[in-house]
Amino acid sequence: MKIIVSASGEGLEAQVDPRFGRAAGFVLFDTQTREARNIDNRQSLNAAQGAGIQAAEAVSRLGAECLITGHCGPKAYRTLQAAGIRVYTGAAGTVGEAIAALEQGRLALAEAADVQGHW
Amino acid sequence: MRELVVISGKGGTGKTSILASFAVLAGQAVLADCDVDAADLHLVLTPTVRRREVFRSGNEAVIRPELCRGCGKCAELCRFAAVLRDFEDPRGDGSSRYRVDATACEGCGVCVRHCPHGAIEFPERVCGEWFVSGTRCGPLVHARLHPAAENSGKLVAAVRQEARRLAESEGFDRVLVDGPPGIGCPVISSVTGASAVLAVSEPTVSGEHDLSRVLELCRHFDIPAAVCVNKWDLNPQMTRRIEGKAAAGGAGVLGRIPYDRAVTAAQLEARAVVELGGPAAAAIRAVWERFKETGE
Amino acid sequence: MTVAVASGKGGTGKTTVAVNLALSLEEPVELLDCDVEEPNAHLFLQPRWISTRTVSVPVPQVDERLCTACGACGSACRFHAIVSLKTQPLVFPELCHGCGACVLACPAGAIREVPREVGVVERGRRGEIRFVHGRLKVGEAMSGPLIRAVRSEAGQSPITLIDAPPGTSCPVVAAVRGSDFVLLVTEPTPFGLNDLRLAVEMVRTLGLPFGVVINRSDIGNDAVRRYCASEAVPLLIEIPEDRRVAEAYSRGQAAVTVLPQLRAVFRELYDRLLSVVCSPGQRPVPAGRS
Repeated sequence: MKIIVSASGEGLEAQVDPRFGRAAGFVLFDTQTREARNIDNRQSLNAAQGAGIQAAEAVSRLGAECLITGHCGPKAYRTLQAAGIRVYTGAAGTVGEAIAALEQGRLALAEAADVQGHW
Repeated sequence: MRELVVISGKGGTGKTSILASFAVLAGQAVLADCDVDAADLHLVLTPTVRRREVFRSGNEAVIRPELCRGCGKCAELCRFAAVLRDFEDPRGDGSSRYRVDATACEGCGVCVRHCPHGAIEFPERVCGEWFVSGTRCGPLVHARLHPAAENSGKLVAAVRQEARRLAESEGFDRVLVDGPPGIGCPVISSVTGASAVLAVSEPTVSGEHDLSRVLELCRHFDIPAAVCVNKWDLNPQMTRRIEGKAAAGGAGVLGRIPYDRAVTAAQLEARAVVELGGPAAAAIRAVWERFKETGE
Repeated sequence: MTVAVASGKGGTGKTTVAVNLALSLEEPVELLDCDVEEPNAHLFLQPRWISTRTVSVPVPQVDERLCTACGACGSACRFHAIVSLKTQPLVFPELCHGCGACVLACPAGAIREVPREVGVVERGRRGEIRFVHGRLKVGEAMSGPLIRAVRSEAGQSPITLIDAPPGTSCPVVAAVRGSDFVLLVTEPTPFGLNDLRLAVEMVRTLGLPFGVVINRSDIGNDAVRRYCASEAVPLLIEIPEDRRVAEAYSRGQAAVTVLPQLRAVFRELYDRLLSVVCSPGQRPVPAGRS
């Protein structure tokens, strides 16, 4: 299974970026191979609107099944839902810690967006 | 970290003057001027620019004249009347060329995709710039949208985002935002997710009308709102009416500021009203004491 | 003849100038209030209302039976208003600019457009004056389509006056584009001058003839006058502050209703504006105190 985590930096030691749509980047983690890959999110800086939607599209194309982040807005959430991606919000600490928390069942599935949208 | 936004609905009620005084009273805070197409806060805070960033948003269509065959497909498909016919007949064969009016171009890309001759380019559009500056009241994030540019709210969002980032990284516990007039994109972008909004009104029929729309906007986005009436003594009866309606709509009524020539005098001296003193200054101070707690 | 009344800074007196011009001119006038976010002119003109119509923008609707989930619509959209992730497309109507890119891109003809209401256009009359304004739905982000709808109502009277929103960006451009002249209303203060410079840049970008009105001309300093002189910007008229006018304004009364002698001031403004339009190469009639 592929897990994607919004990140402020690179690698499993990076801090979880609390934002999704305008996160600095993402770490894509494969639970089978245990490999982590860094994905940058520079495209979001250029999005006139709908950065969350764009990020959700990117995450979907990467084949992620789960997203771990701090907050997720309504448009991003709707897009992720449509793509069948499970969303976990409220994560903090490092990317590695967040992944471990998910694997150990300590993260709650988000039932809805947890913040308002914005440009 | 709390983000406090001052808006007005109607322009000219005094929000920038009042926000500048709040900036002085707040001690140190991060300031953000989100009135990006007519920014004035810097005129009072006299900033020293430390960082300048180009602001790019969307794209614009540009027709390459040497490739244009004058078929007019672009003009036919454009829904924004942004494609104009150039009657100059450059090839001397009776054909015309088309060009794009950049001030009308929406950046949708339809003409670019459907030009049969691939004659239309679609570069990124530079719409303005934003700055991070130092002031006597704390860092100021402000911007300059190019005149006639699109004001989608994205530049406002960029200013707010940088202000919040600065507050977090440098340990400020407040961000004070000078908002734009109206209720459209830039205002929505200024208030969504804010801790509290203060709408500055004036005791006029226009002020009352516009305040009700801006408070409706705040309710629509579920943001705690408060109101103060500026130049209240120009029409005390109207002031009471406005305060009554605001309270009935669930907004806090934080105070009244009297008409005071010191407000313009301060602006002429590039100072905040509270730096000069007087009746308006005292009233602004009282409003600030209440506003800083709103939405807690 | 179409004259737009604009200003960089809000609260300088655009609506006051537009409304009082409409009430002072001899010829039949139509007044279009294009400040669709906060329309105010009707408060002073108090027209007898004639009609209302809703204004909509087209947004995509996907026929799921025809959709092959190819994703072409999502690729074509520059605004992330339609998104297709190997699934039936998601539409975000509030982000849609109504450009039609998705409809054109769909190879299966699965997308049609349906109207989404953004506001209303209301028409009325006050004596000989034809009045039109737009009122944006609260929470609606884009004012452009509604402003264009108000502008499309022009053409019934020899003189069209447009009350523009404050600022210098897209809504103002939509309100003033194509007019014969733009009146820039300002006040003689640092904020007024700063925003006037931006407004002047805007009208110069649009290539429109323009002139300046200094309202409340005695409350500040000389900087706006000096700017107009040094930039060869026509300064058409200065209107001093008048408490009676301010009080009338606060009650929702037009200045010329309370002080009929002011009609002469607005007619003079119009004459000076005409002299600039009609002889663009020449120096304008020097402005004096009114």
